[in-house]
Amino acid sequence: MIARLWLLGCLSLAAEAAAQDTLMVGSKRFTESYILGEIVSQTAAAAGVPAQHRQGMGNTAIVFEALKAGSIDLYPDYTGTIGRQLLGIEATDLETLNRGLRPFGLGVAVKLGFGNTYALALLESEAQRRGIRTLSDLARHPDLRLGLGHEFLERNDGWPGLKRAYRLPHTARGLDHGLAYEAMAQRQIDVMDIYSTDAKIERYKLRVLEDDLRYFPEYDAVLVYRLDLPDRFPAAWAALRELDGAIGAAQMIAMNAQAELDGTPFDQVARGYLGATGRAIDPPSGFLGKLLGPDTWRLTQQHLFLVFASLAAAVAIGVPLGVWAARSPAAAQVIISSVGIAQTIPSLALLALLIPLLGRIGTVPALVALFLYSLLPIVRNVHSGLTGISPSLLESARALGLPARARLWLVELPIASGAILAGIKTSAVINVGTATIAAFVGAGGYGERIVTGLALNDHQLLLSGAIPAAVLALLVQWFFDLTERWIVPAGLRC
Amino acid sequence: MLALQDVSKSIHGQPVLHRTNLAFPTARTTVVIGPSGCGKTTLLRLMLGLTAPDTGTVVFDGETVTPRSAQALRRRIGYVIQAGGLFPHLSARRNVTLLALHLGRPRAQVDRRVDQLAEVVQISPDMLDRYPSALSGGQRQRVALMRALMLDPPVLLMDEPLGALDPMIRHDLQTDLVEIFAKLGKTVVLVTHDMHEAAHFAHEIVLMREGRVLQRGSLEDLLARPADPFVTEFVRAQRADPRLAQP
Repeated sequence: MIARLWLLGCLSLAAEAAAQDTLMVGSKRFTESYILGEIVSQTAAAAGVPAQHRQGMGNTAIVFEALKAGSIDLYPDYTGTIGRQLLGIEATDLETLNRGLRPFGLGVAVKLGFGNTYALALLESEAQRRGIRTLSDLARHPDLRLGLGHEFLERNDGWPGLKRAYRLPHTARGLDHGLAYEAMAQRQIDVMDIYSTDAKIERYKLRVLEDDLRYFPEYDAVLVYRLDLPDRFPAAWAALRELDGAIGAAQMIAMNAQAELDGTPFDQVARGYLGATGRAIDPPSGFLGKLLGPDTWRLTQQHLFLVFASLAAAVAIGVPLGVWAARSPAAAQVIISSVGIAQTIPSLALLALLIPLLGRIGTVPALVALFLYSLLPIVRNVHSGLTGISPSLLESARALGLPARARLWLVELPIASGAILAGIKTSAVINVGTATIAAFVGAGGYGERIVTGLALNDHQLLLSGAIPAAVLALLVQWFFDLTERWIVPAGLRC
Repeated sequence: MLALQDVSKSIHGQPVLHRTNLAFPTARTTVVIGPSGCGKTTLLRLMLGLTAPDTGTVVFDGETVTPRSAQALRRRIGYVIQAGGLFPHLSARRNVTLLALHLGRPRAQVDRRVDQLAEVVQISPDMLDRYPSALSGGQRQRVALMRALMLDPPVLLMDEPLGALDPMIRHDLQTDLVEIFAKLGKTVVLVTHDMHEAAHFAHEIVLMREGRVLQRGSLEDLLARPADPFVTEFVRAQRADPRLAQP
């Protein structure tokens, strides 16, 4: 089983290396970006260029890093985001943006035809009751609770600047954009940030507040690409240029609604737009349909690979480190505290950190992150297992005349095997949960459903990712409990 | 066979053994006795090379015990510690054969030796397939003795071999051990704090106190010609209750 997983992993790494002749399209983690990513990759495919769409890789910073590193060739973004957040400038015209991006080997082109500006919104009923129409009005209602997307909360062109410009007295709270609509409906928050092409504005009966001070810049949808793309994929590039001005705001809102409100898969929304099939295929309906969707086996394989490949590496490195720590109390301090550092970094932050470091997204940074998280329980348990052996047994083994290496293999490791296995089990079970985060950087696994479900505010989809992950964690636990029976010597179990 | 020449040892700046000269004659049983902390366990550890002397040398069969030579020499010294020190993850049989098989001795030869030793220490062979946790204290000590005797070493060191046993088992094993020592003709060094045990086993007794040898001789010597008032005190204290006195 593990050997097969290794093979799978090697294949997926090989696929990554072979991606030279595949156009790699990225997207951010919200509905519109998913749809635009699909439209771009299907357009290239229609022009005869093999294209792959890495869905919902993360927030702007992660996708931009991936583009700089060459893991993807292009992704859809917005002029205001590129200017204010990525380049730190006010201008939003293509010429200025291109000047700013050129040093990175990147460029921006193809205005898709619609703008998607940021705005704040509150429930229509609440807005009427209080008589709030503009952002300036908001300042007079300091009791309103603001729930803003994490990215908006941090962005240069987001909350910090907005708060200054309008002198807003509120303290905003961060929550996932996909969850904010529900939070509004349940009156957990009063004000949220929205994109002007959000399909849910109407559905949730929100009033979009007028940006009366013109704080938000233009957010025209465009393609950000690597400057070598037109040379490498001339046919695809010619086809993509045709998208210039091709999507109107109403059309985009309609597509967002198709995905979010009707549950149509992104690739079908894109196909519907491009008219390739002309007929809408029914999305898998109901919870069971999603739970047992056609991608289940692929996601399971990816998830198992992430968990066990990283675990195998952690055992290979962690056990010797633990032995070393047990041998030398001086080294133990350094080893255990440095192995513990990874644990203090939140998983998403660690992934974001690893992407520029490794120069790639997807499976590799996810494996490295999981490996780092797995080390501590293993190293610590090997260390405590070995140092916990009674001194009289150690003396007995020495007095017998067994050489050091034989003492380790024949006496010390077997006696500590229960503790060691418990450490490996802990790592494995935690890994199953942590591996769901890997979907944020496009490494697949059950997290893909969770991430997409979050972006679409689709609870069923979210659960159809979370439940298999939980079941897998239980299975892994059982698997190790069984293994214990034949790994831990019988004499130690009674 | 085994000798300490001018050996001393301090642990954490505290002297546990003052400069000592001791020789243990071949094929004789010498009992080292004294109150707790008198340095008798340190003496054994020095002889096995488990700890290095601060001064002087330990000589085994004409060879100086050094950290380099110790490992090979230990295979020619059988060692039985207080609670047996059996490895809990191995069956009694595996405990006995561990080193021999690791050294690549032929399986058949090893098995023959196990049968032979089982007879010597009076343990039923099917007990050997049990794990130590499923054996009684006395059985564990018999297995530990088998393990120590496996490679047929000329010297046997025993650290309180009967210390953890209940009185009945203790008596049986004590009787058996004397027979075994006599039959095998080993050089035995046995450490204890129990005068009855010493009287039972010893050709010669070495009485220690606070890192020094106070007297060496037979039980009669210790009783009749004590070298120090403490010798009389120590022997008396243990024989104070006449009901416990040996018949």
